[in-house]
Amino acid sequence: MKLIFLVLGMLPLLAQAADMATKINVSSCEACHGQKGVGKNEFPRLAALEATYFVKQLQDFRTGTRSNPMMQPVAKSMSEADMSKYAAYFSKLPQPAAQPSSEGAALLAAGESLAKNGDWPNGIPACFQCHGAKGQGISPDFPQIAGQPARYITVQIANWKSGARSNDSVGLMKSVADKMTDEQIKAVAAYLSQGVTK
Amino acid sequence: MRIAILLLLVASSAFAADEKTFTPPAERDMPKNEFGDAVRLGKSIFTDTQHYAKKYVGNGLNCSNCHLDSGRMADSAPLWGAYVRYPAYRAKTKQVNTFEERLQGCFEYSMNGTAPKSGTPEMTALVSYAYWMSTGAPVNTKLKGAGFPKLNKPALAPDFARGQKVFTDNCQICHGSNGEGIKVEGKFVFPPLWGKESFNWGAGLHRIDTAAGFIKGNMPLGKGGTLSDQESWDVATYVMSHDRPADPRAKSGVAAAKKDFHEENCKYGETVEGHLLGE
Repeated sequence: MKLIFLVLGMLPLLAQAADMATKINVSSCEACHGQKGVGKNEFPRLAALEATYFVKQLQDFRTGTRSNPMMQPVAKSMSEADMSKYAAYFSKLPQPAAQPSSEGAALLAAGESLAKNGDWPNGIPACFQCHGAKGQGISPDFPQIAGQPARYITVQIANWKSGARSNDSVGLMKSVADKMTDEQIKAVAAYLSQGVTK
Repeated sequence: MRIAILLLLVASSAFAADEKTFTPPAERDMPKNEFGDAVRLGKSIFTDTQHYAKKYVGNGLNCSNCHLDSGRMADSAPLWGAYVRYPAYRAKTKQVNTFEERLQGCFEYSMNGTAPKSGTPEMTALVSYAYWMSTGAPVNTKLKGAGFPKLNKPALAPDFARGQKVFTDNCQICHGSNGEGIKVEGKFVFPPLWGKESFNWGAGLHRIDTAAGFIKGNMPLGKGGTLSDQESWDVATYVMSHDRPADPRAKSGVAAAKKDFHEENCKYGETVEGHLLGE
């Protein structure tokens, strides 16, 4: 009798497992990346991320040109087909609304200037020269950067500098990151975190 | 001691003794008056020529595509480097040209369009911008960083096939596999290097020596100086071996124009991969 109850009790779980073979488990992504993939702290926004770029990042986690102790095991457990499914799902989610930054006006202005004009005397092009006039991305090689969490942007630039992330085409992002000061990184991360501005 | 002297000699010869350095005024120092308004309009025209000088432009380019940092950057033909060197005799026109006439040449050739006349709001704004940017610069002087860097001749004769490899590895990501550039929402975000949306056969940059200097100094964007001299010559040869809008001076056909305007440092009038360039 007890056994019957146990088997009956497992039925929903079995059904869920069968379901997972064909579908994707979004909630495990959302645990870190936020509901609907909006991103938080060092976890990037996945919502509305361009699908080709999304897949390439997972592939690069697998090969190690993008290193991250949490994402690399995840990527290694995924098939190519899985990657495409997750990319398709998140790329179609709506762009989160713009978020005001709590940083001061002077820092945000410095960030805006770097994003729009660069710092050419120090060899730094404008972010928006390659990532689109509003940071909305020029797919698939130049992802959207506007609307990523400030902490994520800061960590990524540090990763380009250290070599923990080296999956950029032609080494373009590495060359920019190497020239950026801590103050510039802080400023531009705060500015960009506000989202795609009008 | 001898070595020290030798090192000093080598070090000093790397800098031409008579070239003065110059730093243009900061953006925030643009005057807040009527003249400042003209300067600001000039900058807008310079960086978004497609919008602010639309009627004078016949291709997909903006001035700032080749004159980086809004015309401020040394070694990418900065405005302050050019402004102080006019009026000047130019072999290209075989006469003395003013700075305005030099800008008109940019529109005719680099922008493949029509030149704004003297006194038009566009011309006044552009001259105001260049004049303001040259604040404090000595006139009639070759400043360090003016024009594009001059490269020595490469060890090996520049080569189309080697250049194609350099292009694929370094340039294609932004400029496209056919040099067509990349558009977003109908506007070029990365400029076309050849084809009908690029500069015409009369623009200075079609000359391989000039292009090699520009590329060496400025490309890939943010990584200027990373390609070798040989790679710069090879990729310049590859890019400038594709067709582009006609040379407006070629009134009597390609053969005559080749003789009159394109005798050296360019592929105009040559047949590359079965196609006569310049037609």
